[in-house]
Amino acid sequence: MDDGYITEDGRKIGGVVMEMKNITLRFGGVVAIKDISFDIREGEIRAIIGPNGAGKSSMLNVISGFYIPSEGEVFYKGSKRPQMRPFEVARQGIARTFQNIALFEGMSVLDNVMTGRLNHMQSNLFQQALWSGKAEREETANREVAEKVIDFLEIQHIRKTPVSRLPYGLKKRVELARALAAEPQLLLLDEPMAGMNVEEKEDMCRFILDVNDEFGTTICLIEHDMGVVMDLSDRVVVMDYGKKIGDGTPNEVRNNQEVIDAYLGVSHD
Amino acid sequence: MFYREAGDFKTSYKQDNQTFPIKFDRYRYYVVLAFAFLVIPFIINDYWANAILLPFLIYAIAAIGLNILVGYCGQVSLGTGGFMAVGAFACYKLMTSFPEVSMFIHILLAGGITALVGVLFGLPSLRIKGFYLAVATLAAQFFLVWLFNRVPWFYNYSASGQINSPERDVFGIIITGPNAPAWATYLFCLIFLTICAIIARNLTRGTMGRTWMGIRDMDIAAEIIGVNPLTAKLSAFAVSSFFVGVSGALFFSVYLGAVEVGEVFGIQKSFLVLFMIIIGGLGSIFGSFAGAAFLVVLPVALKVVGVDLLGWPTDIVAHFQFVIIGGLIVMFLIMEPHGLAQLWRVAKEKLRLWPFPH
Repeated sequence: MDDGYITEDGRKIGGVVMEMKNITLRFGGVVAIKDISFDIREGEIRAIIGPNGAGKSSMLNVISGFYIPSEGEVFYKGSKRPQMRPFEVARQGIARTFQNIALFEGMSVLDNVMTGRLNHMQSNLFQQALWSGKAEREETANREVAEKVIDFLEIQHIRKTPVSRLPYGLKKRVELARALAAEPQLLLLDEPMAGMNVEEKEDMCRFILDVNDEFGTTICLIEHDMGVVMDLSDRVVVMDYGKKIGDGTPNEVRNNQEVIDAYLGVSHD
Repeated sequence: MFYREAGDFKTSYKQDNQTFPIKFDRYRYYVVLAFAFLVIPFIINDYWANAILLPFLIYAIAAIGLNILVGYCGQVSLGTGGFMAVGAFACYKLMTSFPEVSMFIHILLAGGITALVGVLFGLPSLRIKGFYLAVATLAAQFFLVWLFNRVPWFYNYSASGQINSPERDVFGIIITGPNAPAWATYLFCLIFLTICAIIARNLTRGTMGRTWMGIRDMDIAAEIIGVNPLTAKLSAFAVSSFFVGVSGALFFSVYLGAVEVGEVFGIQKSFLVLFMIIIGGLGSIFGSFAGAAFLVVLPVALKVVGVDLLGWPTDIVAHFQFVIIGGLIVMFLIMEPHGLAQLWRVAKEKLRLWPFPH
């Protein structure tokens, strides 16, 4: 195996964590993803960009186990991943957020974040029913982790508020908190900055960089805001009509003629 | 003024996770518990026990059970009557087959058997949701009642097709049959209700509750965070059916004593318990109590007011009851979908500041 590279800002990136090999995804006659291969390395911020309908979200859904690729293989931590349900993927240490927020509206912020700790809970139904020592210790221990995440994302003041009462920007942050509470090795973010104003975007960027920096979490994100993508990410995959048209550092991608064509259009003369 | 949480600080997560985090609530809970266990048994009489207290206790257990399934896990069920019948018949078979075993064990086992049956009929929930699931559980309701009517083994081949609760005692005190004293039957049911409520509360404030609520609020997101929908839904069916089974067993053995399955555990029973949790409040243990109390007390109160005070004919009062319950359900669904429990919460919010709103 190769052992990574050094980024422009001097961070050391490790070996390959996740590798997509010749992924093709079809829905009936529609080909959403066509023969795409790329890898995600440990500790890097990997972006997937592309015009609307390029298949970016489908790609994320393949990684998180929602879609099963029609062809191709997914390698996670060096071994081929068998067909898995999304909750099994989650147990392998992959967490994600959604483009249109998918929080549990009827629950408080704290409860939402605590659901992120589910995979770290071991007490069984009977222990919980009796609220025995183990169940209680576990609840308290996991509450501490959840509170750390809540502190980290600066949402302490709303921890007991029902999610349905929160404004959009905060909901996005709570969703990130829930994903982070799982202490994932790989964090997938589907348009974390969609619909935010400049300040909220800056906050979110800061959080993403901090997460990567402090916990060493590998991040794969989809984003439309080019400024954000070029600033945050170490390497970028560009997709268009289900095909990969570019892959490399932000600078390489920026100067790639195919990418420029896809975004700006080509004159047909 | 009455209701203070100022100065009630918590310094550990354990304190913050209590069932009643506010001191006032906690003391009120102890007072209510002490009153129910230490005072009521001494002042109870047959009328109060049979008209109000026993049905309230038993329906409250069923309502807690159904609330776990519908209110917490979001799986609509119309099979409550059928599952209560499973509890009742399981209890009957156990009572007649093993007369020397304690009633406590029989009731718990009846709950366990109902939990298994509940899991079986909960299997469709893995593929279908909402209305369609409601129809599937409706099928369970009719199938179970039909089964207990048609297979004579379940009612020990008695000529009438009824099941009758034989006389049984716990620690020498008779609790079933016509000779059981009111205070004994009351205490027996109260013990079960207390245990059930504590278990339900423990489950819903911890991991299991969050799993269920996650499935209820957004099953896709729950799955992506690591919830196995299979275990989450089936555990909700199991726990819910356990409570419903316990209540069915108590309803038959302690309260009624004799049961004709189609009459007692028909579809009306399913709706009655569903109405209780809708009026009381979906997703709230307190709401299960409030709804059960409301629907048990309402007919009695109406009868007292209508027949005894105003001198109206009994049938008119009985019809009024339907009108009022129907109207209330529509009203609650429109104005306060979270039921009496939400009204109670709002009242508490207001009381926190009253009479100085700043």
